[in-house]
Amino acid sequence: MDAAKVRALLVRGMLAGAVAGLFVFVFAYVVGEPPVDAAVGFEEAHGHGHGHGVEAVSRAVQSTAGLATAVLAFGTATGGIGALVFCFALGRIGRFGARATAALTAFGVFVTVHLVPFLKYPGNPPAVGDPDTIGKRTALFFLMIALTVLLGVLAVLLGRRLAARWGNGNATVTATGAFVLACALAMAFLPSMQEVPDGFPAALLWQFRLASIGVQALQWAAFGAVFGVLAERLLEPGGRRADGPSALRAAAR
Amino acid sequence: MAESAITPAPLPSADLAKVPVRTLLPWAAFFGLLMLIVLYFVGAEQGATSLIAGENVHEWLHDGRHLLGFPCH
Repeated sequence: MDAAKVRALLVRGMLAGAVAGLFVFVFAYVVGEPPVDAAVGFEEAHGHGHGHGVEAVSRAVQSTAGLATAVLAFGTATGGIGALVFCFALGRIGRFGARATAALTAFGVFVTVHLVPFLKYPGNPPAVGDPDTIGKRTALFFLMIALTVLLGVLAVLLGRRLAARWGNGNATVTATGAFVLACALAMAFLPSMQEVPDGFPAALLWQFRLASIGVQALQWAAFGAVFGVLAERLLEPGGRRADGPSALRAAAR
Repeated sequence: MAESAITPAPLPSADLAKVPVRTLLPWAAFFGLLMLIVLYFVGAEQGATSLIAGENVHEWLHDGRHLLGFPCH
């Protein structure tokens, strides 16, 4: 496959990421904004504000245009990266077609970049988190992501190696188990950050964090679905692989 | 897609063909970096580190930053 295909896939990845970002905006506005607003209310009532008098950007703008800017830029940029990961994964993680590779890529990125790091360093609503430790928390957050991505890549390599000897099923279960164990060890050794202020409602924290991981789950599910269709149309014009499931279904008719 | 599968086309190898690393590398290096810079501005600018003075970037992206899971402040 040549550079023109890579370019076409990159454009489609950014497009799919932006489309996913539109869904995410609606979800984040409807499900995520109520807990953010409530947390800002708590922050103001308890005097843990940002420490600046006049709000540079009003809450009304933050929750609409500001939120849209963030999720659309995030969606487009991660969509481009997702497409590049897809290009590398294609034909290297097993005998998967374009659509299955797109789905596995999206799932892999969600688990390694978002889900596992979230279990150790979940997103915090306003009012939670000491501003003095922002440097340490940011460093640990990105360290955890880098570590989990590395462990995910190693797990795929392990699975590919074992598949030749043990078969795909056993290899997948073993590699997944090794990944979970390694992640658990990483979590046990990295320092924990617990900076929830006294009196912050536990239910509100749960609601916010559920919305936060929901945002990423939706982003990557939608990206995988949309990009899978676009990539399949580009790479497999005129239908699925002749030996794929659709061909078998057609032959059985 | 049924009609195309009735007369099995020669196996399209595109889906199983790997993209050579040499082809992918310039794209990954340039656009990968560009995307990471965008993500830095969405997720971390005027948080732990600051390239632009003030808090306007932080304030504008505030809600998205929280909900996307980045450490905000």
